[in-house]
Amino acid sequence: MQTEIVKGTDITYEYVHYDENGKVDFSETALRGVSLDVRPGQFIAILGHNGSGKSTLAKQINALLLPSTGTMVVDGHDTKDASKLWDIRQTAGMVFQNPDNQIIASVVEEDVGFGPENMGVPTKEIWHRVKRSLKAVGMWEKRGESPNRLSGGQKQRVAIAGVMAMEPKCIILDEPTAMLDPGGRKEVIDAALELNRERGITVILITHYMEEVIKADRVLVMDRGKVVLTGTPREVFSKVELLRKYRLSVPQVTQLGFELQKAGLDLPDGILTIQELVTELKRLRGGSDGNQD
Amino acid sequence: MLKDITLGQYYPGDSIIHRLDPRVKLLGTLVFLITLFVFGSPGAYVLASIALGVVISVSTVPFRYMVKGLRAIFLLMVITALFNLFLTPGTILFSFWRFRITEEGLRMAIHMIFRLSYLILGSSIMTLTTTPNQLTDGLETGLGFLKKIHVPVHEVSMMMSIALRFIPILMDETSKIMRAQEARGANFSEGGIIRRAKALVPLLVPLFISAFRRANDLAMAMEARGYHGGEGRTRMKPLSYHRKDMVAFAVMALYVLCQIGMKILKL
Ligand SMILES: Nc1ncnc2c1ncn2[C@@H]1O[C@H](COP(=O)(O)OP(=O)(O)OP(=O)(O)O)[C@@H](O)[C@H]1O
Ligand SMILES: [Mg+2]
Repeated sequence: MQTEIVKGTDITYEYVHYDENGKVDFSETALRGVSLDVRPGQFIAILGHNGSGKSTLAKQINALLLPSTGTMVVDGHDTKDASKLWDIRQTAGMVFQNPDNQIIASVVEEDVGFGPENMGVPTKEIWHRVKRSLKAVGMWEKRGESPNRLSGGQKQRVAIAGVMAMEPKCIILDEPTAMLDPGGRKEVIDAALELNRERGITVILITHYMEEVIKADRVLVMDRGKVVLTGTPREVFSKVELLRKYRLSVPQVTQLGFELQKAGLDLPDGILTIQELVTELKRLRGGSDGNQD
Repeated sequence: MLKDITLGQYYPGDSIIHRLDPRVKLLGTLVFLITLFVFGSPGAYVLASIALGVVISVSTVPFRYMVKGLRAIFLLMVITALFNLFLTPGTILFSFWRFRITEEGLRMAIHMIFRLSYLILGSSIMTLTTTPNQLTDGLETGLGFLKKIHVPVHEVSMMMSIALRFIPILMDETSKIMRAQEARGANFSEGGIIRRAKALVPLLVPLFISAFRRANDLAMAMEARGYHGGEGRTRMKPLSYHRKDMVAFAVMALYVLCQIGMKILKL
């Protein structure tokens, strides 16, 4: 029985470049035995240093790249099955890093309609979907605008709406906030979270920002083409020193908690929010000399 | 400088011209251009002027805005007219120093000015009132019959619409790179032709690299959204003719008839 929406087994992937004679010029192994399984409705975050293979893994999920060895099964279809290619791309939508390079049309609503048009959805239904998707990301008012007049965060929300309109079961976001300012980052992450919570769409978020990971059900840490650490955000972030080895930092609060713990305070591992830290500190103070507020 | 070009740009509006089916506008422009070159009597120009004037005023696009973007092209036109004026042999009207103006030359120059400026105004009124997507949709459907003889109509119009979408982005990028190079001492506006051409190399190389990267990204994004050519594609905004389009066709026919009538009556 199949319960996973995305199931990768022992995937390796090698980028091979050929010279003009068709001989191998150079090759670069980007994935070395990655397995992952994602259940429907989960919010998964993938972390990793530059070049650790995150984007390569993401592209395996909607068959933009095919595994060199190993298998990737998406919603029951092996990505190597060419006859299911368009089903797979419809099941697993993808949002990329650069907002300018993924918006195809010159008007917001037409861009959102691009995916459904490709799928052969009837005109009336396309409009329904465009409306629903743009409303979900809060961009319905801007439907008639040119994408060039939008901010980075707004463009990324349009890109998310464009994927949503294809009604995928799973959305993969590959560093969607890397080129945005903090305000734009929050807009985009909130939009993605809402899809996950309200519509039960599986979200796989690749990011460099630790703060965006806290709400994930599960975090995968990649290093040099392998998944080296996985667990809940709390489990992962409690391994501050191990993460440092993989050239990753932890959220600031977690770092602070970690330092305090090292200095001798009796705090739990993996504190994720300011609220948590405050509660823990209050508990400590309350425990030592009762009547302070 | 680059920002001034209005050719191929859209001027948002809600006039009847804006709302016409793009195929009507394409055909209308074509008909207008053909009549310009087929009929060359003074009467024909008067009629063409009236037609053009009416369309422009109905379109609500300010005439100043239209002309502003066409300055460079008008300059080219004046040069062409001058060549015609001075270099056409024929009966001499008058001459001074080494220049001779002939009757034929004068006539040619006037024809040239009328034809070229009306050609430019006529086609820019079309692009100004039609979004790039409508335009390419119009081309694709209007020229759909060419598919039968294996002309890749869909592909060409897709290419056009992507090109139109990326023009402003690449222009932005050009001025960014220019400023970055200027900050490092490059000079794009001084020196002889060769020096200026040389100064362009460090501008064009990064521009091309980035354009190729964008193209690659865009192709990937299109694939990820299920694009696989025109086959089996539906339309979000299908084209269909309405009453106003029929009226437009009638007006067009009337215009052509008038032109022919004037020709017969030798007006
Ligand atoms: N088209 C390509 N050709 C050859 N090698 C590539 C190609 N794309 C990526 N690589 C290599 O594969 C490895 C993994 O790259 P990938 O883009 O998956 O990393 P990433 O984790 O997404 O990094 P980043 O955080 O910078 O986006 C890197 O060593 C990279 O140099
Ligand atoms: Mg990447």
